[in-house]
Amino acid sequence: MLDLFILAPLACLILINLPPVGSRRLALPLAMVLAGVQAIAVLCLPYMPRLDGPLTSFFNFGLQITPLGRMLLLAVGLVAFVSLLVGQASLGQDRRLWQFASMMLLAITGMNGAVLVSDLFSLYVFMEVLAVCSFILIAFNRDPLALEGAFKYVILSAVASVLMLGSLSLMLLVAGSTGFAALKAALAAGSASPLLKLAMAGFVCGLFIKGGLAPFHAWLPGAYSSAPAAVSVLLAGVGTKVSGLYALLRLAMDVLPPSAALGQAVMVVGAFSMVVGAVAALVQKDIKRLLAYSSISQMGYVVLAAGCFLADAGSADWRLVAAGELAMAGAIFHLFNHSVFKSLLFVNSAAVERQAGTTDMQLLGGLGSRMPVTGATSVIAALSTAGVPPLAGFWSKLVIILALWQSGMQAYALLAVAVSVATLGYLLLMQRRVFFGRTAPNLQGVREGSEGYVVAELILATVTVLVGLAFPLLMHLGSFLLPANLNL
Amino acid sequence: MTPQAALIFGTFAVGAVLVLIVGFYSLLSTRNLIRSIIALEVLTKSVTLLIILAGYTTAQQALAQSLAITLIVIEVAVMVVGVGLVLRIHSQTGSIDTNTVENIKG
Amino acid sequence: MSANVLDIALTVLLVAAAVWTVSTARMLRSVIGLAATSALLTAILFRLDSPLAAVFELSVCAGLIPAILVSAVGLTARMDDDALARRKRAKLKVFALLPVILAAAAWALVRLNVPLDFALPAAQGPGATVQTTLWNLRQADLVGQIAVLLAAAFGVVVLLKGKSQ
Repeated sequence: MLDLFILAPLACLILINLPPVGSRRLALPLAMVLAGVQAIAVLCLPYMPRLDGPLTSFFNFGLQITPLGRMLLLAVGLVAFVSLLVGQASLGQDRRLWQFASMMLLAITGMNGAVLVSDLFSLYVFMEVLAVCSFILIAFNRDPLALEGAFKYVILSAVASVLMLGSLSLMLLVAGSTGFAALKAALAAGSASPLLKLAMAGFVCGLFIKGGLAPFHAWLPGAYSSAPAAVSVLLAGVGTKVSGLYALLRLAMDVLPPSAALGQAVMVVGAFSMVVGAVAALVQKDIKRLLAYSSISQMGYVVLAAGCFLADAGSADWRLVAAGELAMAGAIFHLFNHSVFKSLLFVNSAAVERQAGTTDMQLLGGLGSRMPVTGATSVIAALSTAGVPPLAGFWSKLVIILALWQSGMQAYALLAVAVSVATLGYLLLMQRRVFFGRTAPNLQGVREGSEGYVVAELILATVTVLVGLAFPLLMHLGSFLLPANLNL
Repeated sequence: MTPQAALIFGTFAVGAVLVLIVGFYSLLSTRNLIRSIIALEVLTKSVTLLIILAGYTTAQQALAQSLAITLIVIEVAVMVVGVGLVLRIHSQTGSIDTNTVENIKG
Repeated sequence: MSANVLDIALTVLLVAAAVWTVSTARMLRSVIGLAATSALLTAILFRLDSPLAAVFELSVCAGLIPAILVSAVGLTARMDDDALARRKRAKLKVFALLPVILAAAAWALVRLNVPLDFALPAAQGPGATVQTTLWNLRQADLVGQIAVLLAAAFGVVVLLKGKSQ
């Protein structure tokens, strides 16, 4: 069953590249259908009967799905669908549209694979599939800035891979296998060994580079802001989350032994990222760069919560352990919410770029009356990012801050609240500069973006509002959006 | 680990770490895009050696070799895309000597 | 003991080849250095009883990759003698420190004497070959390999086919 998440995109890829060439026109719609089906299938997954056909017995990928994985698969389907919509709207009648669709399918393969495997080396392999697709997609329009951004990403991603593989070889030495279960046992047994400490630190550092956490974020703003609009949506929405953050959360839960020292170190990086991203976002002139730094800041929350989980998990006090689990639940929830509202903000910026011809905030102004849907959804996304109730972002931040407080880390909790206020500040500043105020004379003729943008914006805004409104309900139903071990 | 195994492991592990240092040093000191790719290749050599060494020490050559082969395939793919980017940058700017790596340092 | 002399010799050669690769001024020699590093790594992999990986390393990393890099160098790098002389001086300045760093690192690593006293895991049965391991246990990696190669193939088309816009 789960094999299909990896095999179906590959099958679609082959289908659209078969002769006759006429089938290339169907490439984008087919990819969109696939992404949409994935989002729906993930929602239905718990209710579906297990199908053990010949396919399942032939392939043996050793796949596993966790609540975290289900959340990510849903986000991948949703964001890939939206990104393809934007791709169709922004690339239009480009003859290379089928190439874009093919790369997107391969990226989906990579992301689904990375989410589902339960082996450290396979995780690396699929992260690399996603990375190679990302390099190409960033440079898709062959714009000089984008080429440079992509190259920088190649270098830093390779450095991250070297760190991860070096650490992996040390773990292999101790565990004799790269499966998550074997590694967990071996790491727990030998957690005092300095070599293993080095290995775990190295691997986590590699993940920080891939996830673009400060101070390892050098590649991220350039890559996000120079990439084609649709690609920014995909990368910011799910790309870096799958390759960096998902892996970190999964390892924290399934592989790394609880360790106060490692947890504290991870929390320091998370807090640093949170602050640096917010401060840098305050001074940006370009919408896409502002959103990129905002991503760095928001991912800091997730890492902070993951660190809190790692630090608390080994405690003898059950209340601390529970607080750690609450932090992890908050991290997972925030990861999903951030996928939704950050891709919405990038879709907004794509619509503005397309219609007004620039993303430089000094040249924009008063677009709200010209582009009502874009303006309104952008306000929703901004408020959700800043954590204003009752939108989705409020609940996930609340859970994280509560968990930090209960873990006795009041300083971090207060810092998280402060950064939230700063987030509201820079996003409202952006709204004011772009959508409110007087419309500049040269922007009088600007109109709302085409249907692709509007539909994408409406889908994502609906999701973020619904998740926010329905959160109390989801919490009681319990199972889907939050991991089962959450105990409120 | 027997003393004999530890001796072999130690010798090659030190070698791998030194190659790692060479690769990182080169990556940080060059501004040439193709040299950056070569530095990445050097780094990958070191990692390949480490993985095979781990397999040899734990008598699991079959597993380690299949990991190494996958690693080499991925290395080629990343390098091909990297070279493609360099050629495209060269055809547009006429230069492969940018300040890219300068920025990475910061 | 003589076996270990061979090991040390191979290691020293490997590091030396890597240093030459990154420090030589001519790009073409640098690529040749990379191929030599790969060839030495191949010898080490044979020494570590990993013949299949060794053959792969030799054919791909000492053959294919240098070939691609040489063509890339041919397409991009043109340098007159003056520039080369300047480059040589610059390289000398940058890399003069590297051997010192390496010697210090090697000394530190040997002196540090990292404890290797952890218990090694039980080995797999002798029946496990690379082929069966790849096919039975690591199918996911195989699919990943296929996907990454497809991505690279598309990448060449996307990046290089046609004129820039």
